[in-house]
This record gives sequence, structure tokens and C-alpha cells, in this order.
Amino acid sequence: MTSKRADVLVDADWAQEHLDDPKVVFAEVDEDVTAYDGGHIAGAVKLDWKTELQDQVVRDFVNKADFEALLSAKGIGNDDTVVLYGGNNNWFAAYAYWYFKVYGHADVRLLDGGRKKWELDGRELSTDTVSRETTSYTASNPDTSIRAFRDEALDAIDNKNLVDVRSPDEFSGKLLAPAHLPQEQSQRGGHIPSAINVPWSKAANDDGTFKSDDELRTLYADAGLDDGRDTIAYCRIGERSSHTWFVLRELLGHENVKNYDGSWTEYGSLVGVPIAKGA
Amino acid sequence: MCGAPSQGRAGLEAVDLTRETVIQGCVRRDGAPVAAAYVRLLDGTGEFTAEVQSSAEGQFRFFAAPGDWTVRVLSAAGRGEVSLTCDRGLNEAELVLA
Repeated sequence: MTSKRADVLVDADWAQEHLDDPKVVFAEVDEDVTAYDGGHIAGAVKLDWKTELQDQVVRDFVNKADFEALLSAKGIGNDDTVVLYGGNNNWFAAYAYWYFKVYGHADVRLLDGGRKKWELDGRELSTDTVSRETTSYTASNPDTSIRAFRDEALDAIDNKNLVDVRSPDEFSGKLLAPAHLPQEQSQRGGHIPSAINVPWSKAANDDGTFKSDDELRTLYADAGLDDGRDTIAYCRIGERSSHTWFVLRELLGHENVKNYDGSWTEYGSLVGVPIAKGA
Repeated sequence: MCGAPSQGRAGLEAVDLTRETVIQGCVRRDGAPVAAAYVRLLDGTGEFTAEVQSSAEGQFRFFAAPGDWTVRVLSAAGRGEVSLTCDRGLNEAELVLA
């Protein structure tokens, strides 16, 4: 397994040097969709994960045609290098990265540490309006080799690596959502039987940057991830598990890693499926 | 705006405090609120549970569960940490950065 780190991750210095590079498009994706408006990396466009990346009727991605229209309107071309970053330790930027890969964008990268590292470094943020010339973006058909659906999650019990990346209290069933959100949810608490719990946060340093490849390899080996098996990562709604999907597939080079974006909000609402509680 | 109990229940109108365990407070340095600090909630074993950024008035809020928690702050203005045992309802945590 060779690290692909240089192809998929850029640091803040690289970003700073490429702010005016016409072939590099910076895009901010936040859970808090107002963060961009308070200041963003100069020239960066905003992607709203709720209104732009989700279908507004069906619980799913936007379809291929809508994704093409969205990227065209944002001024992103097929041959552009897209650098994604955001708040919350890049959770939603990692989600967008995975999403761009589902639709086959060739060169997409994450800014290591996202907004947090950028801010802690005291780097400049801009409130200038960003407009880019529209493009005619062409997406590929969705790549389901990196996206898992509910039946696959169920079939993975005792067969594949199931990596639950939520916090230990969500895994055990004590909490139903990450603790910055209200806890009243309809689904049951707990986790998918046979899942290992490797919180996404163990893959990141305090400043939001990813840990080294060696540290990451040790982390998953110690947690019991079986290299000989396929892997499905999940969390609550698929954004934190995108972070872990990125680590396993894009940084560590594991093959056959899927993100189950239905995650616990779907699984924990299914009638009759097995649920495990406790640590 | 910043400080218990004046911060009080602002914004909590829609929250059922008989069910939720709210941990909230303010980040301060030299008596002044610190905005945009990274406030992290760690569980009883020290594991990351959530992270928010403090508001313009230095405020933060988590929805946790009864038990032991630690709130840790990382900011360009300094660091701070406080541990507390929480019950259902409103729990106040004040962070003073050094």
C-alpha cells in the first residue's frame, strides 16, 4: 500500500501559493452554511451540502444532470484541480470529496486541517463576492464501488470490516447524535453488530490535520481492521465516515472501501434489523 | 451577553430541558469574550465527542448526556480546559484562557 497523500491532500502553504492558479478552484463546504459568508479563502466558491448536494425531495444525492448543472454554475471545469476545505475538521469537505469522486471528478484534493488550521495559522479570509465564469461540466455515472447502501451494510455483519466512526457514546447508544446537536431523534441507539468503533477524531490532530500514514496504519491495525476484507465506514449521516473513508482509501490506499452515507439515521430506523448496544 | 447566568436560556426555547443535557458557557480571556475559539467536548475517557466554534460573544453549547465531561478550548488566543459532572437540564461551563 503506497500513500497517495501528495495527490489527494494539500497543506496550507501549497494552498496559499496556488490562490491565483487558474487551474485550481477552492471550494468551501461547511456544516454551518453561514461560515463562508463570514470570511472564506480568497477566490473560493461555496458549496451548500444541504441545498446543493442533497436532493430536496428524495433523501439522496442530486442526480448526475443536477450535479453537472451545479458544477457548471460554480465555474468548475472537468480539468480543474478542486481543493475542498471546511469547518468541523473537514467533515463536510471530506463528504464533498467523496461525492466528487462518486461523480468521477479526476483531480480533487482536501486542504489539510481545513478552515481550522487556516484560522489557527492566522491566514487571511476574505468576504469578497466570488464569481467564476460558468463551465459545461460533464459528470460520470455514479461510482457505486465507493458507496454502500443499507442492504450491503446489513450483509456486511460478520463478513466485512464495519467501521463505526462516531464517538464512543454514540457507538454505545448513550448519545444519538454528535453532541453539538440536540439529541431528540427517532432512531434507536447503538451500532451495527460486529462493527469496530474507531472515532474519526483519532485520525486527526487537534488542529484538524490528518495524522501521519504510520500513525494511521497503527490506529486501524490496533483496532482490529482486517486488511483482507472489504470495508464499509459509517457514522450518523455519512460526513464523518467520509473523513475515515478518505483516510483508508485515499491516504492509506486500501481498496474496496465504501462509505455508507445512509449511516445510523437510516440503519437505526430500519424495522427488525439487529442492533448492538454498549462498548 | 457573555456569562452565567445572563447568557441564560437564550436560544433554548425549542429545547426540551427535561430531556436534553445542555452544556453551555463562555470563553474568556482577560475578562473579554473570545470569538471563534474551537471548543471541544471530551467524554469521561477523554475521547472527542464534539467541537463547535464560540460565537461572537464567546458562547458555545453542547447537547450531551448525564455524566462526566471535559470542555477544552483551542484558539489563537490561548488554551483552556474545564471538567464537569452534568445532569439533565442546563449545565454551565466557564472557560478562561491562559
